[in-house]
Amino acid sequence: MGKLRHAINLGLFLFALWLLLSGHYTPLLLLLGTVSTLLVVLLTTRADLIDREIQPVLIKPSVLLYWAWLGREIVKSNIDVSRRILNPTLPISPTIFTLRATQKTELGRVTYANSITLVPGTVTVDVEEDLFTVHALTQEIAADLKRGEMNRRVCEVEKVF
Amino acid sequence: MDMVLAVLSWSCLLGGAIFLLIGALGVLRFPDFYTRLHAVSVCDTLGAGLVLAGLMLQGGFSLVTVKLLLMFYFMMFTGPTAVHALAQAAMQGKLQAVVDEHEPE
Repeated sequence: MGKLRHAINLGLFLFALWLLLSGHYTPLLLLLGTVSTLLVVLLTTRADLIDREIQPVLIKPSVLLYWAWLGREIVKSNIDVSRRILNPTLPISPTIFTLRATQKTELGRVTYANSITLVPGTVTVDVEEDLFTVHALTQEIAADLKRGEMNRRVCEVEKVF
Repeated sequence: MDMVLAVLSWSCLLGGAIFLLIGALGVLRFPDFYTRLHAVSVCDTLGAGLVLAGLMLQGGFSLVTVKLLLMFYFMMFTGPTAVHALAQAAMQGKLQAVVDEHEPE
């Protein structure tokens, strides 16, 4: 029962995406869009990929809130890294360290690892269960990440996945 | 109003171009593979993001803007994935990172 609902949700989402991307609304093209949507849902079902993780979660308020916070972090570290590139007197002190992620779901850990990599100055090099190997441009950036605010926020946002 | 939009849009485009340039400079200036990845992140996020934002302002409320938004959305996923893939490949290829030995107090 849950699977059917997931499949219908996926179909509606894909069709909405098709409408936004096409821009042509004649009957023939709408029919073709419907057929391709159904085909994709059918293939997804056949490949047994219909589960909670394919749900389009991008519209939930807490996710948008997390993105807004992440956006601010990205801008801040962009400016920091840019200053270190432009000004040779500002030192860099590259470090590699391990970080424990406390997310419960796989998708939550993926979100955390991807967020770390997305923010300039830190890159997730390896993920082993809940241990991340992270490369940071400076000791300060590393210390900031170890304080674990991002980890906490991802745990918070993970609840809606 | 048109004037304000034009100024905003061109500031975004110019800002994006500057960050792309800084990122490229960082790739040349930083000492090793891993640190250079951080410079690439600058291009990936704020560089490309600002250019897309500037183009969205030009597009106004239209399907073009929706497509640009989707491009931005996908870039936010593919960018870090590609950077992570590169970093992990380098690590598995036993490429040594330049690491600062000085311990922070």
